Amino acid sequence: MFGWTGRILILDLTDRKYDAACPAPEIYRDFIGGRGLGGNYLKNDITRRWDDPAMPLIFMTGPLVGTLSPTSGRMAVMSRSPLTGTTGDASVGGRFGTELKKAGWDGIIFKGRADGLTGIEIVDQDVVFTDAARFQGLSVSKIQDQLGKQGAFAAVGPAAENGVCFANIMFDGHYAAGRNGLGLVFASKNLKYVSVSGTRRIRVFDRLSLKKAREDILRLGAASPVLMGELGITRFGTAALFDLTHSRRMMPTDNFRRTFFEPAGKINAHAYHQKFGYRKTGCKGCHILCKKKGASGEILPEFEAMNHFSALLNNTDMNVVVNANRICNDMGMDAISAAGTLACCMEIQNRPLAANDIIRLLQDIAMGRGEGKALGRGAFEYAKAHGNPEAAMTVKKQELPAYDPRGACGMALGYATSTRGGCHLRSYTIGNEVLRKPVPTDRFSFAGKARIVKIAEDANAIIDSLTACKFMFFAASLEEYAKALTAVTGFPSSGQELLKTGERICYRERMMNHQNGFTDADDDLPQRFFQSPGSGTAWMGIPALSREDFMMARHAYYRIRGLDEKGRPQAWKIRELGL
Amino acid sequence: MASSIHRYEQKMIRQKLADPGEILIGERDAEILWNRDHPDLPVLENIFTGLNINSLLLARPAEPYGTIIDHLARTLPDAITLKDNETRTFLHDIPVVENFTADAVIERLMGRKCVIVRDRGIVTWGAVSPEQTFVNFSSVLFSCFVKFFADHLSLSAGGRLTEEGTAAFEKAVSHLAPFPEITADLKKGPFRKEEDVYEAVSHAGKPVVRYGLVDSVMGNVSYRFHDTLYISQTGSFLDELEGAIDPCPLDNSSCAGITASSELPTHLKIVRNTPYKAVLHGHPKFAVIMSMVCEKEDKCDFAGRCHLNCPDDRTVADVPIVAGESGTGPRAIVNTVPDAVSRHGAAIVYGHGVFTAGEDDFIKPFSLLWNIEKKCREAYFRRLEMTDHHQKR
Ligand code: SF4
Ligand SMILES: [Zn+2]
Repeated sequence: MFGWTGRILILDLTDRKYDAACPAPEIYRDFIGGRGLGGNYLKNDITRRWDDPAMPLIFMTGPLVGTLSPTSGRMAVMSRSPLTGTTGDASVGGRFGTELKKAGWDGIIFKGRADGLTGIEIVDQDVVFTDAARFQGLSVSKIQDQLGKQGAFAAVGPAAENGVCFANIMFDGHYAAGRNGLGLVFASKNLKYVSVSGTRRIRVFDRLSLKKAREDILRLGAASPVLMGELGITRFGTAALFDLTHSRRMMPTDNFRRTFFEPAGKINAHAYHQKFGYRKTGCKGCHILCKKKGASGEILPEFEAMNHFSALLNNTDMNVVVNANRICNDMGMDAISAAGTLACCMEIQNRPLAANDIIRLLQDIAMGRGEGKALGRGAFEYAKAHGNPEAAMTVKKQELPAYDPRGACGMALGYATSTRGGCHLRSYTIGNEVLRKPVPTDRFSFAGKARIVKIAEDANAIIDSLTACKFMFFAASLEEYAKALTAVTGFPSSGQELLKTGERICYRERMMNHQNGFTDADDDLPQRFFQSPGSGTAWMGIPALSREDFMMARHAYYRIRGLDEKGRPQAWKIRELGL
Repeated sequence: MASSIHRYEQKMIRQKLADPGEILIGERDAEILWNRDHPDLPVLENIFTGLNINSLLLARPAEPYGTIIDHLARTLPDAITLKDNETRTFLHDIPVVENFTADAVIERLMGRKCVIVRDRGIVTWGAVSPEQTFVNFSSVLFSCFVKFFADHLSLSAGGRLTEEGTAAFEKAVSHLAPFPEITADLKKGPFRKEEDVYEAVSHAGKPVVRYGLVDSVMGNVSYRFHDTLYISQTGSFLDELEGAIDPCPLDNSSCAGITASSELPTHLKIVRNTPYKAVLHGHPKFAVIMSMVCEKEDKCDFAGRCHLNCPDDRTVADVPIVAGESGTGPRAIVNTVPDAVSRHGAAIVYGHGVFTAGEDDFIKPFSLLWNIEKKCREAYFRRLEMTDHHQKR
C-alpha cells in the first residue's frame, strides 16, 4: 500500500500484549484514516461506559501524514467522551502522528486497563511497556523533562489522574487533544505516557503529482490574508481572530452575558507580541506555524484561551491569561472548558473573579481540591448542582468556545448539531460568516445555513480523516487535497467523492450518539441566546437569536442529513450510505 | 434565498456576462429554489442530487464570450488549460463535456468548480452560496477571454492560424464593445474626514466595474488617512463597497484587517514607502494579455514560470511589467509591485492585473488604469497586424 502503512497497533494493557491489525485496502479507501477510520474501531463499543476497560481509546493518523502534503501532520484521538457522553474525538498536532507513521503504524488502539501506572515506548516496530509509577502526579512539563527530546510523546497530567471531566491528553508538551475529556479515558487505562519514534519513510504512489498538488495548495495559501498575510495566523497565531470578534461585537464576555469587551483592543494579539515578544512554532510538516512562543519560551495562548481567560472572565491582565493557559497545558486540561466552568461559577456565586482567584481555582480543579473538585465536573454539572442550570453555557454538557452564537447564525446551528458537543470546529461557518471565505454570507440570518453547516461538517470530517489541518482550508479546498490524496495513495478521488465519505462519517457519529440516547433535545443551545440580545449598538445590532428561525433551520438540517424530525437516524439513509 | 439568486442573475445581466433569459440559477437548502422555470431543470436537479452542493448555475455566456467558449471547447475537447496566473490559481483548468446529461456533468464537477458543456453553456456550483456560482462563471469568462486573445496572437505570429480560428476571432472582435470614453465623477482629495474616506473608497470602485476594468467585479481599492489604510475587503464587489471596507492601522496594531483584500501587503507597502495615498488594483483584460506577450516565448530559461521568475525589464504602454504572485511569500508581488509603482505610479503584474496610485484621490489612479487598458488594447491589435501571417492574409 502507498500512503498508509497498512498496520494498526492493538495494545492490550490488561495483559501487556500487543498485536497488529491489517485492515483490508477497501476499509482504508472507504474511511481514509483519522476520524473516519478511527470510528470503525469505536462503533461496536460506543455504548460502553467511558471507563469500561473494554472501551477503546484510539489514536489514528491518515494517509497524508509524513508526506509532502502541506499541514498534514495531524492525528485523530477518539473514544467515548466522559464529559458529554457522545462519541469523542480530537484532532491533535505536534509530531506524534508523523513519528507514529514513520514507526510503521497508522494508528494505535488501546484496550484494557493496566495493573499499575504504565508507560508505553514505541520505537519503530518495538513496543515496550514500562512501569510509570515514578511519574505519578507529574505535570506534563516534568514528564517532558524526564522523557527527553527524542521522538514524540503523549501524556496526561494531574488533571486526568484527579478525575477532571475535561482533562486533555497532551502531546509534545503543549499540543492538546482537547475538548471531550479524552485525557480521562487515557488515565482510566492506568496509562501515563506513550512515546514514539520512527525511522521509516512513507511510500508515495506518485511523487510528481504530489509535488504539483503541494504547489497548488501552497499557492492558494500564500494568497490568503488570513493564513499568510501580515495580520494572519502565520504571524499572530489564531490570536489574530481576537480583533475580529471584537469589532463584530461577538466576543463572549462575562459568561456570555455580553458580547462586547470594552478593553479588548488593548489586549489583542499585537499587545501580546509587544509584551512577550514572539517566536513561531507549530506542527510537523506545517509551513504556517500558527503556535506562538514568547521570547522566554512561554507558550502564548491561542484565540479561544485568550478570549476565555480574559473577556469571558472580565479579566484584562495578560499575565494571568498566559499563566492560566500554562497551567491548563501543564496540568493537562482543556482551557475552553476550564474557563467556561469558572465563568459559570462566577455567575452563580455572583462575584467577580480576581486574578489570583482564577489561578488558584485552576490549580484546585487540576488537583481535585476543595471547590475545584465540583468545578472539575464541568459547567453543566456544576450549575445543575447549584440549582441554576441556565448559567451553564454548554451544548451537550460541553462548554462553548469563543464565538458568540448571536453574532453568527451558522455557528449557532453548528454548535447545536455538533456530534461531540459545543464545538466550533465541526462546521466553522466563521469562514464565510466573518472571514468572507470562500464567499461571505449574512451572519445574522439562518437562511441557507442548514445545508452550509451540513456540507461543512462533511468536509471537516474528511479533513480530520486525512489527517490535515483545518486552517489550511481557509484557502485551499478538498478539490486540491483530493489530488494530494490520489497522488499519495494511488486511489482515485475527488473533492465531491470525499464529501460523500465525510457524510458517512458524520452520519455514523449520529448513529452512535443515538445508541446512547441523544435526540433533538440535545441539539440545542442555552436559552440565554434566545432570550437576551448581545451588546449591540445603533449601527450594529446583536439581537437575540430567533427561536423560530433556529428551529426551522434545525428542522431543515435534519431533512438534509436524512434524519427524522427528532434528529434520529433512519433505516433508508443508513442503507443508502452503506453503513 | 430567493432574493440572492435573483441578485446574481441581475449582476450577470448588468455585467453583460449573459443575456436575460439565458440564466438558470438555483439554491438549495431543504428545497431547491430556481430563478425561473425551464425544461432543463430536471437535468439540473439531478446534478444537485449527485453532488454535495447548495447552488448551481447554467448559463450560455453573452457575446463575445459565447463565441470564445464555443471555439475553445471545440479545439480543446477535454479541458481548457488557462494562461493567466490569477484565475488559474483556483480554477486550475476548465473541463469540457460534449453532452448535457447529469452524469456527464457530475463526473467532471466531482473534481472541479465548473464545466463547459459544448454548445450549451457553462455550469458552475457553490457549497456556500450562489455567489460562488457567479464568481466562478465570471472567472471562466475572464480566463477564457484572456487565453483566446493571447493564443490567437501567438498562433498568428507563428503562422499557425486556422481558418476556423480566424473566423471565431473575427466574430469575437466584432462583438467587442468600442473602448468607452470616461466621464470622471470622482471626488477631488485630499480627504480630511474619515467618513469622506469611506465614501471616496466606495465610490472609486464603481467606475472600475462600470468600464469593465475588473473580472467578476473583484479587485481592490485603498486610501491612506493618517496612520490607517482603508481598504476594500477580500472577495468584495468593487461596485458594492459600502460596509465592506476595513480600517488597517499601518503599524499592524490591530488584526481587524485580516478580512481585507489579499493584496493588503502590497497596498500597505505602497502607502508606507511613497507619497501616494490612493491605490487601485484591477484586472483589465488587454493589460493582462499584453503582460504575457514575450518575444522569447519558449526560448527563455524561465518559460512556464514567467509569472514568478521573469527577470527582464519589460514594459507595455510605458508601464513596467513585474512578476510575482498574490499575497505573501518570497515570490509575492509585495516584493515587486511597490517599487515599480513608486517609480512609475503604476505597474502591471504578469498574467494578473494592474496597480495604479495617486497622491490625494482616485482621479489619477483611475485615469491611469483606464489609459493603460486603452493603450494595451491598441498595442494588441497593432501587434497582431504586424505578425507576418496576418499581413499575408
Ligand atoms: S496551522 Fe497550526 S495547528 Fe495547523 S498544522 Fe500548522 S501549526 Fe499545526
Ligand atoms: Zn488581483
